[in-house]
Amino acid sequence: MTMPKADTARGGALAWVASVDHKQIGILYLATTLFFLCVGGAEALLLRVQLARPGNTFLSPEVYNQIFTMHGTTMIFLVVVPLLIGLGTYLVPLMIGARDMAFPRLNALSYWLLLFGGLLLYFSFVAGGAPDAGWFSYAPLSETAYSTGPGIDYWALGLLVVGIGTVASGINFIVTVVTLRTPGLSMRRLPLFVWMTVVNAFLIIVALPALNASLVMLLIDRQLGAGFFAATAGGSPVLWQHYFWSFGHPEVYIMVLPAFGIVSEVIPVFSRQPIYGYGFVAASTVAIALLSFGVWAHHMFAVGLGHTWDIAFGATSMLIAIPTGVKIFNWIATMWGGSIRFTTAMLFAMAFLITFTMGGITGVSFAVVPVDWQLTDTYYVVAHMHYVLFGGTLFAVFAGAYYWFPKISGRMLSERLGRAHFWLTVIGFNATFFVQHLLGIAGMPRRVYTYPDLPYWGAMNLLSTVGAFILAFSVLVFGWNVIASWRTGELAGDNPWNAWTLEWATTSPPPPENFDVVPPVNSRRPLWDLAHPDDPDWAHAGGRDG
Amino acid sequence: MADAVIGKYKLGMLLFIASEATFFVFLIVAYLYFRGAHAGGAGPTAATSLDPLKAGMFTAALLASSATLWLAGRSLVHARHAMVRAWLLATLVLGGIFLVGQGREYQRLLAQHVTVGGNLFGATFFTLTGFHGLHVLLGLVMIAIVFAASATDSLAGPRSEAVEAVSLYWHFVDAVWLVIFAVVYLWIVVR
Repeated sequence: MTMPKADTARGGALAWVASVDHKQIGILYLATTLFFLCVGGAEALLLRVQLARPGNTFLSPEVYNQIFTMHGTTMIFLVVVPLLIGLGTYLVPLMIGARDMAFPRLNALSYWLLLFGGLLLYFSFVAGGAPDAGWFSYAPLSETAYSTGPGIDYWALGLLVVGIGTVASGINFIVTVVTLRTPGLSMRRLPLFVWMTVVNAFLIIVALPALNASLVMLLIDRQLGAGFFAATAGGSPVLWQHYFWSFGHPEVYIMVLPAFGIVSEVIPVFSRQPIYGYGFVAASTVAIALLSFGVWAHHMFAVGLGHTWDIAFGATSMLIAIPTGVKIFNWIATMWGGSIRFTTAMLFAMAFLITFTMGGITGVSFAVVPVDWQLTDTYYVVAHMHYVLFGGTLFAVFAGAYYWFPKISGRMLSERLGRAHFWLTVIGFNATFFVQHLLGIAGMPRRVYTYPDLPYWGAMNLLSTVGAFILAFSVLVFGWNVIASWRTGELAGDNPWNAWTLEWATTSPPPPENFDVVPPVNSRRPLWDLAHPDDPDWAHAGGRDG
Repeated sequence: MADAVIGKYKLGMLLFIASEATFFVFLIVAYLYFRGAHAGGAGPTAATSLDPLKAGMFTAALLASSATLWLAGRSLVHARHAMVRAWLLATLVLGGIFLVGQGREYQRLLAQHVTVGGNLFGATFFTLTGFHGLHVLLGLVMIAIVFAASATDSLAGPRSEAVEAVSLYWHFVDAVWLVIFAVVYLWIVVR
């Protein structure tokens, strides 16, 4: 079999539509997810306007339900997951010294399934109403008796289409890394971003089918009159919860592991030190992945599973804090004693450490069953999840964007705009979400379109709304930075950060075939070895990572 | 291509099979869950509506098709191309017999008003066996493509990753059916 080649002869849009080149497909992923980020962000602003003051009537309850469902579904399935897959699609072949992914056509299929799955989901707005049962569509609310419109059907179909594409990219990543690594690049020398993408791919392959199976059962309930999840037909709404969360909790790590990988690339380069405890960072990722399959019922403490199960799942959930904590300390140790360069990428990586840790700690608080009973379905949950997904994953993605944009475009992002972007993001993010912890503790329920005028509730919600607009403005600044720098930014050269992994050994942007010659790989930092023939990493027995 | 110990098509197929196995685990667990939870419920059950003997016959056809596909692979190794085509054709016929058997079973059940929307037995039975049937159909399409390649002499051998990957998939579909057959049909007979 011959590898399909990028058809560079054809110009214009067709060259992109017909492309099987991982770099072009990666850029399509990033552009599409950035578009959906704006859509999901606009939905968030609508929610925040409605909640800006008590008793507001900006959105009707029905529309509010549709908007928060679409906000969550969009951000999870059309932004965070495919954003990380898109970065991997662009970077993994470059980082392992390969020409392309193992299955270039399958790679293109994954992307187009994402786009059309997303469009199918959004078609619901004109087809009779968007889904309105929340991003986890609990039965029996999602059954026909309570959701009579077609929204839930579009939700299930759209996610099936996206999900099949996601599984395909998971398979593609693993086969690529197993079969296409350049000579010398053993698994113990693999860049950590690649490591985490591979572990992530295993999670995808095992977790997404759980969602797909649940979705087809829900569709069979709704379209063919079965009753898997309808108690009136003898079915079990709790089964939906078990099924959905046995996908849903691994999904949480699918949304964060590659972000850990980004931070593991950015922090060493801008601390001018190799990652501290490479083996621990890689192994703790595997530990998190395995544990993630044993914690799903911590989303269900309020269901009444019984004390034994509650305690068991509480304990496994707390265990996850251990490998995660290992990572946090490894990143801090990598910075310790280093000559830190405070670029925008590094600032975002450092902010990630702080906000992600806060989100992690509130996460552990939910593993304490009585705390969960008190706080479940309140804004405390909303605050926790946004600290992890926005303050965690998106901060890391922004770090990665400033770090890898020069490779992708050939030009540097403006550091001046980058700093504005960074501070607006940090201020806007914390203004939006920190008070939501307090609102949740005060008892404000999530997913309710308005609230009574209780002491401080109006003021805290207004602060949150103002913060959301600052955050939206920060994304505009980032968008402007990308557009302006792509055209007139400072030329980057091959390796503007003096980084050490293989993607920096080729031109920026890389040629269609990626590399003229892949440099020899004798350690985890091939470009360091190339630049320091007198003191290569491989001369240090056991590596330099302490 | 450092230390690649496995071909990319085979590895890709194994990973695909892992994801498909997870998918079926959830359907099988749903069948088991409702079988246990509603053993005394009203309406048709596995015991009142299924015919394990007839199902056993088309199960035998599917099992035999795994053997014939394996023989096709062996014949390719020994460069007996006429035999490759014969065994592939036999596999297609046996797989077809399975699907026809399943179709006739569905026909009979529907005539007895056992439907997806009827009760949870119908829902779980048709969902589980229906998705399996779709996988058999997909496997037959893949085998038909291999057959076409063989018939046009574009299957050189002695080793073919395509044949190996398709065989893996087919044996997997076969294995899933054995689990389904045990859980759905044998459970009625063996109490």
